[in-house]
Amino acid sequence: MLKKMILKRLLQMIVVLIIISFLTFLLTYLAPGDPAEAMYEAAGISPTEEQLNTARLSMGLDKPFIVQYGRWVTHALRGDLGTSFSKSLPVATLIGQRLLPTLKIAVFSMAIMLVVSIPLGLLSATHQDGVWDYLIRFLSFFGISMPGFWLGLLLMYVFCVRLHWLPAVSASSGFREMILPSVTLAIAMSSKYTRQVRASVLEELSQDYVIGARARGVRRSRILWRHVFKNALLPLITLLGISFGSLLGGTSIVEIVFAYPGLGNLAVQSVSARDYPLIQGVVLWVAMIYMAVNLVVDLTYDLVDPRIREAR
Amino acid sequence: MKSIGSFLKSHKDVAVYGAFVLLIALVALLARVIAPYDPLSSTLRDAFQPPSAQHLFGTDFMGRDLLSRVIFGTRASLSSALLLVMASMIIGGLLGIIAGYAGGAADTVIMRLCGAMLSFPDLILAIAIAGILGPSFINTIIAILAVSWTKYARLSRSMVLKIKKRDYISAARITGSRSSHILSSYMIPNALPTLLTTAVLDIGTTILSVSGLSFLGFGIQPPTPEWGYMLAEGRNYMMTYPWLMVFPGLAIFVTVVAFNLLGDSIRDALDPGRRRKHRRKRTGKA
Repeated sequence: MLKKMILKRLLQMIVVLIIISFLTFLLTYLAPGDPAEAMYEAAGISPTEEQLNTARLSMGLDKPFIVQYGRWVTHALRGDLGTSFSKSLPVATLIGQRLLPTLKIAVFSMAIMLVVSIPLGLLSATHQDGVWDYLIRFLSFFGISMPGFWLGLLLMYVFCVRLHWLPAVSASSGFREMILPSVTLAIAMSSKYTRQVRASVLEELSQDYVIGARARGVRRSRILWRHVFKNALLPLITLLGISFGSLLGGTSIVEIVFAYPGLGNLAVQSVSARDYPLIQGVVLWVAMIYMAVNLVVDLTYDLVDPRIREAR
Repeated sequence: MKSIGSFLKSHKDVAVYGAFVLLIALVALLARVIAPYDPLSSTLRDAFQPPSAQHLFGTDFMGRDLLSRVIFGTRASLSSALLLVMASMIIGGLLGIIAGYAGGAADTVIMRLCGAMLSFPDLILAIAIAGILGPSFINTIIAILAVSWTKYARLSRSMVLKIKKRDYISAARITGSRSSHILSSYMIPNALPTLLTTAVLDIGTTILSVSGLSFLGFGIQPPTPEWGYMLAEGRNYMMTYPWLMVFPGLAIFVTVVAFNLLGDSIRDALDPGRRRKHRRKRTGKA
């Protein structure tokens, strides 16, 4: 049964990837401007008419749209995503360089988020309507409404410009360079997850089995840790997966604020330079990784929660 | 009108937050009257003045009055967010209703398209679209709309699927009602309240997306005042003139807070089940 489901999901993923690649290809095809010109422009050269004609021929721009698309797909299937206009390097290499920094920041910010939001969410739920609850809810509400780029700039001003504790520009992906971008990402996520954990724990606390256990005289702390905690966090797995997937796809705005060399930064650079092969490559890669993470999450969920397994 | 009045009377929080939002809307409408200076007129001699009595928020790198620019910036953010949310609700809502009601091939096509748009994290797809089309107000709208309609499509589709099974729909069909009649008199009115609540809840996030895109340089172009790219401009002078990045950011933050408060209060007011369940939790909301 499980095998059949994985197969079905993989098939769906392929369909979605075909739609996405077709749409991005169509978009760049319809975009104003000539790709041959864009190529020279991105490389900072002003071409002669002759150079343009040669480039158009070698890029296959004289062929009909569907032939061009077919050519791109067959190359992509072989792992060849073309060559970037602006950096004159293979697109696959450029994406490859960004993978480790992106993974590092994703793991680090998720770790901070979990350490902050699970205790705060629990505290908030178990002290419902107490001082802590109000304070935590107040903070998480503001955390959700805060623009990430503004928060990043403010943190940068305080810790880099004023206090000189951290480097302002994270051109490399060392530990010190990772701190501020990760914290910026973690603050927004923590606000969201603290609310989730709180809601989820409250929901679980109102279940009949909790009332029953309490009536039988089971200690509150035991109910909380042995039963409620585990059941309340289970539904969060799906959300965590989605968050992790989106972090792996790159977080353009925060990466741009700190000049962090991640995938999101590459995406913005490629779009600014109108580097069509790079845009197509990044878009395809990001969609692929995002869907793959979601598939893995659904599968783990399946393994952890026997109810879902039996339902199928 | 009377029913709105009594609704506001029984839900005071909605009234208070509504007034807050209305105030921001008034700032946008009356920008010309409120703003002390022309947001576009620059006197290079006055560049980088710190906040003072003449210029409450100081002046920017071209000597333009920052307060006036922040006030006029309300227009771009509010108009784009409202336009976007309405367009996503109408387009997504209708496509979702069609997908749910018609089923078959229409359903498959619309939902596959939804799936494709939803397989992107963050703003990546919007950035790509806005960048390829070229930065402008209308292209920002198109870029975000390309992703945002999907939420409403899935929502309205699921509601239609639920309503479709009800007896009164079968009754209407048996008695010979046309599809267009069933859609306009049963499906749309049923789906509308939920879609509207979602739309209000969405305005804050939309403002963040729009200003994020222009922060990256893919949105409204200078010299029209817009908060996102004002922040990007301010970032260049952060070391020496920090007020340039404080005030536009504060404007975004306050506006998003206002809409989020209003959205939350409307959702709680319209959803009595949720209200009962979370009543203790809700009192004294921040």
